[in-house]
Amino acid sequence: MATTLDSDPKTTPGLWARFLDSDIFYSFRRSPLTIAAAIVTVVCFAGAFLAPWIAPHNPLDLSSVDLMDAYTPPVWMAEGNPRFILGTDDQGRDLLSAIMYGARISLIVGFCSVIFAMALGITLGLVAGYAGGAIDSLIMRIADVQLTFPAILIALLIDGIVRAAFPRDLHDQLALYVLIFAIGLSYWVQYARTVRGSTLVEKNREYVQAARVIGVRPVRILFSHILPNVIGPVLVIATINLALAIITEATLSFLGVGMPPTQPSLGTLIRVGNDFLFSGEWWITLFPGVALVTMVLAVNLLGDWLRDALNPKLR
Amino acid sequence: MARPPANHPLLEVRDLRVEFPTRRGTLVAVDGVSFHIDPGEVLGVVGESGAGKSLTGAAIIGLLEPPGRIAGGEIRFDGRRIDNLPYEQMRRLRGKEIGAVFQDPLTSLNPLYTIGRQLTETILTHLDVTPAEARERAIRLLQDVGIPGAERRIDHYPHQFSGGMRQRVVIALALCANPRLVIADEPTTALDVSIQAQIITLLKRLCREHGTAVMLVTHDMGVIAETADRVAVMYAGRIAEIGPVRDVIKTPKHPYTIGLMGSIPKIDRREARLAQIDGAMPRLNAIPPGCAFHPRCPKAFDRCRVERPDPIHVDRSHVACWLYDRDDVRVGAVVDE
Amino acid sequence: MNDAMMSTDEQPLLVAQDLARYFDVSPPWLNRVIEGQPRQILRAVDGVDFAIRRGETLSLVGESGCGKSTVARLIVGLYQPTRGSIMFEGVDLATLRTRAQAAPIRRRFQMIFQDPYASLNPRWRVADIIAEPIRTHRLMTDRAAIRCRVDELLRQVGLSPSDGEKYPHEFSGGQRQRISIARALSSKPDFLVCDEPTSALDVSVQAQILNLMKDLQRELGLTYLFISHNLAVVYHISDRVGVMYLGRLVELADVEELFARPQHPYTRMLLDAIPDLEMTGRPRTPVAGEVPNPINPPAGCAFHPRCPWANERCTRERPEMKPAPNGALVACHAVEERRLPPARAVPPGSPI
Repeated sequence: MATTLDSDPKTTPGLWARFLDSDIFYSFRRSPLTIAAAIVTVVCFAGAFLAPWIAPHNPLDLSSVDLMDAYTPPVWMAEGNPRFILGTDDQGRDLLSAIMYGARISLIVGFCSVIFAMALGITLGLVAGYAGGAIDSLIMRIADVQLTFPAILIALLIDGIVRAAFPRDLHDQLALYVLIFAIGLSYWVQYARTVRGSTLVEKNREYVQAARVIGVRPVRILFSHILPNVIGPVLVIATINLALAIITEATLSFLGVGMPPTQPSLGTLIRVGNDFLFSGEWWITLFPGVALVTMVLAVNLLGDWLRDALNPKLR
Repeated sequence: MARPPANHPLLEVRDLRVEFPTRRGTLVAVDGVSFHIDPGEVLGVVGESGAGKSLTGAAIIGLLEPPGRIAGGEIRFDGRRIDNLPYEQMRRLRGKEIGAVFQDPLTSLNPLYTIGRQLTETILTHLDVTPAEARERAIRLLQDVGIPGAERRIDHYPHQFSGGMRQRVVIALALCANPRLVIADEPTTALDVSIQAQIITLLKRLCREHGTAVMLVTHDMGVIAETADRVAVMYAGRIAEIGPVRDVIKTPKHPYTIGLMGSIPKIDRREARLAQIDGAMPRLNAIPPGCAFHPRCPKAFDRCRVERPDPIHVDRSHVACWLYDRDDVRVGAVVDE
Repeated sequence: MNDAMMSTDEQPLLVAQDLARYFDVSPPWLNRVIEGQPRQILRAVDGVDFAIRRGETLSLVGESGCGKSTVARLIVGLYQPTRGSIMFEGVDLATLRTRAQAAPIRRRFQMIFQDPYASLNPRWRVADIIAEPIRTHRLMTDRAAIRCRVDELLRQVGLSPSDGEKYPHEFSGGQRQRISIARALSSKPDFLVCDEPTSALDVSVQAQILNLMKDLQRELGLTYLFISHNLAVVYHISDRVGVMYLGRLVELADVEELFARPQHPYTRMLLDAIPDLEMTGRPRTPVAGEVPNPINPPAGCAFHPRCPWANERCTRERPEMKPAPNGALVACHAVEERRLPPARAVPPGSPI
């Protein structure tokens, strides 16, 4: 009954007006926690991506770093320096700036690896679901095998291969791409499975059969008919996976196989700071850690809300 | 058909109003519906999808899905108000006094239990019998609804039955505790024509034998014609016409009923075109003022656009139409197409 | 509209010969090996012959599982036949191997589906849905010309051009079915396969759609293959009717003949099962039993377990379609041997 009430049959408002009037935006407005999470996410993302313009210092510019500033505690402590609000690390870099630049790298890795995993997973899922038979079995068995390895292990493995295959001086330059590839490759299975399941349902729906009768090419059926109708759950997974990918990147960097200290991500910062945790300079590791947790938690909350909002059964 | 005289009807619905609060305002799905069912009588409730016929049935047995709720009027069963009963009392009444048969037999049966277990459990809940007696009664019920090999079939699971057989099991389940009223919501819609005929015949026979009254909700006029004693035609949440089945089908009075009957393809004559009612039933959020049918009605006049008609006594029927609210009305002049 | 084609009048537009489609519904290989189960073949359609003349409506009726929808899907190419052939204007569709060969013929037949809520892509605008066959077959490339054609189609099916900007969910079931019809018409087909096009609709809306289909047939000279389980609808729309039971045709006759003098016992049973809207109070004898499992159909005539006139021959030998005295084609030993009582006009009390 509720489906017949969606909109006024007389007018077709613009995209933005339709969004403001949609059930999704309504459920967003009704959830204070989600609004808070969205605000935190926007602040984090803005701080990270606009770092080169709004950060107080440039931690990557070695000429601006003074070793004499090293180990400065946060500004509210006795030895604090108002130039370094959250203090400095062992190199004398401003921690707030380092966090902003680090979050930028974490987010770039997160987004790119999620997009890579999505592209791979969606394509393979669509093909497996639509083609069926042997192709389906092959793709899904590969997915099953991959699922038995933890994502972190696959990432370590790929990192190891790259380290063995490329000369040492290339490692640091390639680190970003290796991370994206490694993390993306370890998360495609979830997309493939979800998309395959939805595709199996959608391909038997009459609108797909209608397209086949018309003579539409299979590739076009897959991407312009089926894909728009299976993308909903994928976006939910993508949001939650973004948080996971950021964590994975941090873990890899923490283990020393991720970003090098010259281009620190949040994980690298935490690892570097970890060495000073027990010598009294707790802020070097704590603040990047808090930034990481805050960002991941906010993104995760958004993902949970999106899942509930898109699932009509829970509404 | 002679019926035992009763002082009051078995079921009496007065001014029933069912609402769905949504964020875009409250939708009124059933609006001021009144009717009664006598003991042993079959009342057909017919209408197109969205007319509110199923919701009326659900409201009576207290199975409205939230956020739907009864917002006005009263429902009396055997003289006693039941629309405001607490859940637990309603549940007991539902199995014992009022049975229910739904469109899809699969959803009424638990796939994890044998049908025997489901039948005996229902019997034990509502009747004071031993488990052995309950099982015996269950077998008799299955035989009664025409399931061959009932002694063996009782231990089968729902998926081992075909659609028609499953619907028979559901009917057996509804009749378990000898209810006095069965609410059957589209009981034959999911079935093939030949099976449909079997189920209709079965329902008719059982109700005659047990003296059970039936509220038969369906969109199929053919089923109504075969089964019902009286029929209520619903449109946009209101009753357009209610009366003896022969009168409503042979000499419909409300323009909607006339249009509905005309649009059913018949096998006795081939017409170049079917009579059709233009347009579609309004959505619940856009029910026109006045008579809800006026935008589609070929005979609408000024009064229909502003004032809402209530059922008026015409011959043996009640018709909610302003055409009949005149002293000099000659029914034939109106019905003649 | 196609006067030039009237010269080929004698040739049927479409001929199906010994058309069959089997589905392998066996359990997975491992289960078969371990549990020792045999392969299971579902004979959804098992040898069906019919021809459709230009401009006529042939209906296939039967209960669920009789294979009528499978026939529809075979004809439009959603399934490949296991056996038999489909000839369209004398061209065997199986010989059209490449896309380029098939497209000019495929464009000329389209399909209308049962469920108006599932047959339109919910994410597309109506104008794009209707234009898809035009774009796919590159019948027009100019955007304005396509838009113009879509507007014309919308008007033709009783909608307004402004409806093209909307999404399917903004329409009622009947309006969606009109959109479906507009889409089917947009590639200017000669032949429409209609799979239960009105069974999901309310009766008053069903009447609108049936009237629309008849009007379009007259205006555009369309040929219909109409699939339905509703005999009253079939009676109203058809020129000829084929009755199917368990994957085979059991009777094929002109519509008036079939309803006035049904031959096959199954046809008689179906007609008898129609609810009696005229309230003549005619006694009905609902046939006992249900459609058997099509994986293991009965030997001989598939209808014999339910047939009151079945004898030993019916349990053994499968009847072929043979002309009956009234001109109908009937697959029944009892009809052939003249041991059936004369068909009574059904429904009784309402002479045709």
